[in-house]
Amino acid sequence: MPVAVEIADAAADENIFAAVFDHFTYIDEKFSTYKPESEMMRINRGELPERDWSDDMRIIYMLSEETKQRTGGFFDIRRPDGTVDPSGIVKGWAIWNAAKIIEKAGFGNFYVDAGGDIQTHGLNAEGPAGAKWSIGIKNPFNQKEVVKTVYVSGEGVATSGTYLRGEHIYNPKDGRPANEIVSLTVIGPNIYEADRFATAAFAMGAAGIRFIEQLPGLEGYMIDRDGTATMTTGFEKYIKI
Amino acid sequence: MKKYAAYVLSAVVVAAFIVYWLVSRPDQANMAANAGAPAGNAGTTGASGTPGGTPAPAPTTTPTPAAAGNGYKDGTYTGPVADAIYGQLQVAVTVSGGKITDVSWPVYPDSGGHTLQVSQSALPALKQEAIAAQSAKVDIVSGATQTSQAFQQSLAAALAQAQA
Repeated sequence: MPVAVEIADAAADENIFAAVFDHFTYIDEKFSTYKPESEMMRINRGELPERDWSDDMRIIYMLSEETKQRTGGFFDIRRPDGTVDPSGIVKGWAIWNAAKIIEKAGFGNFYVDAGGDIQTHGLNAEGPAGAKWSIGIKNPFNQKEVVKTVYVSGEGVATSGTYLRGEHIYNPKDGRPANEIVSLTVIGPNIYEADRFATAAFAMGAAGIRFIEQLPGLEGYMIDRDGTATMTTGFEKYIKI
Repeated sequence: MKKYAAYVLSAVVVAAFIVYWLVSRPDQANMAANAGAPAGNAGTTGASGTPGGTPAPAPTTTPTPAAAGNGYKDGTYTGPVADAIYGQLQVAVTVSGGKITDVSWPVYPDSGGHTLQVSQSALPALKQEAIAAQSAKVDIVSGATQTSQAFQQSLAAALAQAQA
């Protein structure tokens, strides 16, 4: 998964990019379920009592619990096999924090893209949209194509789907894969909100788009396995340049 | 005393962060990086929102990964009841041994069950369309990845590339 950071401001130098990648490295070292010595894996193996958890780990658990409650249990970092995989909450949180690092460094026009989940900020004066950042929603049936373009400035855009390596999001209620829809893109006030609710709504299947519809500040574009897209009532304000 | 206030604030900020998320709306979204709420008036009751009223612009410092060792003072800190989107919300944070050991919601809006119930009921049809490829030239592409697994697995490799 590529991590991309683009800063449109002329003053951007290597230092800010290094800071952002240091941040992601820190996140990876702590929360990775692929690194045996990460704090997350030590917890999963029962080696780290709760009293010894880091503050960031506690925050992630807390945010996960809050998200679980807000989504009626459809968001859960606990996997069917009993282990904890926090990436559903960590990813959006980490991207959003990366954006904050850049903003605090004084930059106003940039985006952070981690594997297709995006936090935008400010404008892209040289972009094809001429102002806002343009984001294409990938065709779930042909990854080289874009089926919709949205224009955002400051929002976060996240897509949950099945098409990279098959089904991967489970309905925590019954442990079965959610597969009625193949792609759900959510635009939110920031990537943290967009990502966590995209993940949860995707697990709801076809009802997910209605869940997004009811959440203030979030809009969605859902594509089902027949190639039909369903959008929330406010979505179209993002398709205008 | 000042130090004590800072500890209280730290805990309160954690609680306030949750409250913020429940009350955040699009027109408040630009406050994301408005870090550094005034630290002088941490008080003892928590101050993330006005009970029953419009929540104050909440402190937004918490989500930044914390440096190790910024322990909190032991105790349980309960935020005020705030007006969240779906109803009233109150957060309590328990700190023990300098660490957050529990977060609870003494008052929590009935969002989950209610929301999902509503979602199953009859609602106006949402607009649909057949997807079609666009030739759009875009800045960025949003698409699904192996959200729950690929992120960390590939991140290290991506970072190695980025720093090469």
